[in-house]
Amino acid sequence: MALTFPPAEYPVVVVGSGPGGLQTSYCLSRLGIDHAVLSADEAPGGMFRSLPIFGRLLSWSKPDAPFEPGTREYEWYDHNSLLADDPAHRALVPAEMNRSFAVPSRAEMEAGLTAFAERAGVRVQYGCRWESTRRAEDGGLVLHTSTGEYRCRAAVFALGVTDPWKSDIPGIEDVPHYAETLEPRAYEGKRVIVIGKRNSGFEIADGLLPWARRVVLVSPRPVQTSVLALSSVRVRYMQPLEDAGLGGGTLALDAAIERVERTGEGGFRVHAHGTTRPGEIELEADAAIAATGFRTPLLDLGEVGVQTVAQGRIPALTPFWEAVGAPGVYVAGNATQGAAGLRRHGVGASSPAVHGFRYNARVLAEAIAERHFGVVPERSLLAPNEIAPFLARELAHGPDLWAQKAYLARVVTLEAGGGARDAGIQPLAHFVDASGPDALAVTIEMNAVGEIYPVAYVRRAGSVTERVLDPEPAHAYDMPRYEAELVGLLPS
Amino acid sequence: MGNGADIETLGRLALFADLTRPQVEAIAHTFEEEMFPEGQRVLRQGFSGSNLYVILDGEAAVVIDGTERTRLGRGEFFGEASTLLGTPPTADVVATMPLRCLVVPAAELERFLMAYPAVAIRMLKDEVQRLATTLQWL
Repeated sequence: MALTFPPAEYPVVVVGSGPGGLQTSYCLSRLGIDHAVLSADEAPGGMFRSLPIFGRLLSWSKPDAPFEPGTREYEWYDHNSLLADDPAHRALVPAEMNRSFAVPSRAEMEAGLTAFAERAGVRVQYGCRWESTRRAEDGGLVLHTSTGEYRCRAAVFALGVTDPWKSDIPGIEDVPHYAETLEPRAYEGKRVIVIGKRNSGFEIADGLLPWARRVVLVSPRPVQTSVLALSSVRVRYMQPLEDAGLGGGTLALDAAIERVERTGEGGFRVHAHGTTRPGEIELEADAAIAATGFRTPLLDLGEVGVQTVAQGRIPALTPFWEAVGAPGVYVAGNATQGAAGLRRHGVGASSPAVHGFRYNARVLAEAIAERHFGVVPERSLLAPNEIAPFLARELAHGPDLWAQKAYLARVVTLEAGGGARDAGIQPLAHFVDASGPDALAVTIEMNAVGEIYPVAYVRRAGSVTERVLDPEPAHAYDMPRYEAELVGLLPS
Repeated sequence: MGNGADIETLGRLALFADLTRPQVEAIAHTFEEEMFPEGQRVLRQGFSGSNLYVILDGEAAVVIDGTERTRLGRGEFFGEASTLLGTPPTADVVATMPLRCLVVPAAELERFLMAYPAVAIRMLKDEVQRLATTLQWL
């Protein structure tokens, strides 16, 4: 059978056929950048071919929304579909949903991604497992795969954060990982300990509520829900937390686990030390699950210089998602969380979710096209009286800015004569740190008490200053008073 | 869980030297680790919304109005003044080599220091030392 992408030299190689890989490939194609896409899987979908365990996603795709499906503004109400220029290729996940929930099932998500790959014509060499990497003498990269060797000038690794990872606790090796959770009925009548109090831990607890005799969640960090938008546990999985708060069958303990032992009856005994409240804790259970998270399967990328954060789990990245220490190695998808951005008021980017990283992929494709191939997309000119209304509309409805608050910004460069040129979407950290022509950038930000408001950044004579605008309860940032504020930031 | 730094690395820093292992583990699980390439600004003079950074590895320069004033290394911290006062930083802090930091978000710093008074005392002593050094030069 003829290969879709036979082993050869390509300008760019993309590894992965989950949402990050598909979106990057789509965007590179739109810019005319020739590339190969390699995937160890047999079909598109990535992580969503097998996870989440209980089969439903976290984030919404509202089939009925203030804007029509297929418009750019609608993207903010559909957190799961990939981005496309042709309206017929947009909003494909809600089209698959049966509307019994506002969040898609795993199967609906997978169907939406498959439909995107087919209709938008994203071609992938399936069944091709990337195995190792080396730096070529000319500075390019060589990817060794189960199909043969692929050479490229730049590689994009869209690997997900999908390798089960366990924290360093003695005895945890005997505890099944979240990914190995059994059918719920296997836990009937059992006392279950879940190690971990983030989404995967609460997803398990929620799924086992109708089955297990008792679920105890344990980890050092307390769950904080005072600002829901900043909580480490999404509202979908709050039921066990409410039960715990009411003193019900579920317990959520803040404790650092010292060790886990097997008991004679096939169960587990956990020895822990309280963190929020000091004290020794000993727990017995009939079953245990380590919801301790995942890591990016980076294989040997450390050999070409890739460095990591979060105990080796996530690649450390520049604002344009290039690996720190490995020029030409880029990352797309969930692992783009390795670039935290300005983290203003402690609030990080939305890069661990499709709705955030789909925009990263588009900016990444543009950066690769420009840096490695000198390809710059055509940008429109704005007359002096068009600049402020354009930016105000972006603040009100630009899905890139709403999805990637304080990470991505809309930039216009100011031209002689009072006009401006749309400079597209850029990482905010790049805009404020890189020198460049006089320009204005706008984005949406959130602070630690959950207020959402616009911020403008003005670059004049190489120096950038910020202008924080007032929050508005209905987020109507295209109102005349915001336009007037933006006009005030332009040179008179 | 466990988004943060390696527990052993944290426990060896002077700032956390008085804490028990479960306490250090709780910190490692609560706050995230971030890495900055050489030349990257971490703290930005005049920009609101900054955080406290504790250096786990690497080195950073403190730059005021374009002039380098001092360097910070492993175990040292920056951003505490602007975070506690709620004002924009008065200096840039720039990575002079790959820099690895623990990030304590501004909104959590006061609660963090009250939960771990031993860390607050260590931080206070460091501030007093810096003040004494500054006064010497006045």
